[in-house]
Amino acid sequence: MEDLSLHILDIAENSIAAGAKRVDIRIRESRREDLLSIEIADDGSGMKQDMLKKATDPFFTTRTTRRVGLGLPLFEQAARAAGGECRIVSRPGSGTSVTGVFRYSHVDRQPLGDIAETLLTLAVGNPGMEFTCRRQTDDADVFFNTAEIEAELRGAPIHSPAGIAAVRKSLERLREGVTHAVGNR
Amino acid sequence: MPKLKLEDLAEVREKARKATSLREGAARVKMTVHMGTCGIAAGARKIVEAALREVEQGDLRDVMVTTSGCAGLCSREPMATVEVVGEAPVKYVDLTEAKVKAIFKEHILGGKIVEQYALAIGSERAY
Repeated sequence: MEDLSLHILDIAENSIAAGAKRVDIRIRESRREDLLSIEIADDGSGMKQDMLKKATDPFFTTRTTRRVGLGLPLFEQAARAAGGECRIVSRPGSGTSVTGVFRYSHVDRQPLGDIAETLLTLAVGNPGMEFTCRRQTDDADVFFNTAEIEAELRGAPIHSPAGIAAVRKSLERLREGVTHAVGNR
Repeated sequence: MPKLKLEDLAEVREKARKATSLREGAARVKMTVHMGTCGIAAGARKIVEAALREVEQGDLRDVMVTTSGCAGLCSREPMATVEVVGEAPVKYVDLTEAKVKAIFKEHILGGKIVEQYALAIGSERAY
């Protein structure tokens, strides 16, 4: 994976495979605390204790199309390489939450990448699901929610040309909110 | 087996409705980009982005771009399956943004399969 936004997309795909209806992504970037944390929480099927233990083992997977599963192991590796760790909390029936913590200034920390493009792919590619993203920095706190966009669309599907444009517009606000927040204050 | 409740039936109906909406004319073409770990690492997100641009630019209201998991042929990612209503699905492999453009022009709009980019014509799974 080239950057963290691709890891987020990959972990969220796990949520979709686990039958989630809603995925909440939370990104905290704090230079002040030298911390970057990423949480992906879903309301999917969740995992039993024994599966949870094997979740970061590359030679464990629930899928049948291949025999290795690299999503979570790669995310864990990225966190560890940046002086952090990966925590997974899960219970059958109450969803899964995956949190990666990274040292912000660590030389091996992967860049965050294009989080907007990850959200666009998730939102448009999975109509009927709800995705939220809260992005906090030391000076900004912005929020993205597909439910708001769907309400604005009044019945037009999110994968229609109008839907795609609406998602893009909303994501622009998310991106600008972070870049310009310092200047606006 | 537990007794079937009314809610269960509603769920079954919803599932069936989702599975058949393509046939009922909700979309004429469905393009499914495979988004497993392998696909994402190989650049599948760029492929989705390129496909969505085509839909937006051409105002293609009858084309649906969606995503699915790994299809089991990780070495040929990024991959996408193009399904035109009433025709056999076509699986395209080793995709690039330029190939996506060509697939939209020739296959999705022109109705002619881009054979040189296709792996196989048939089911959603590779084997």
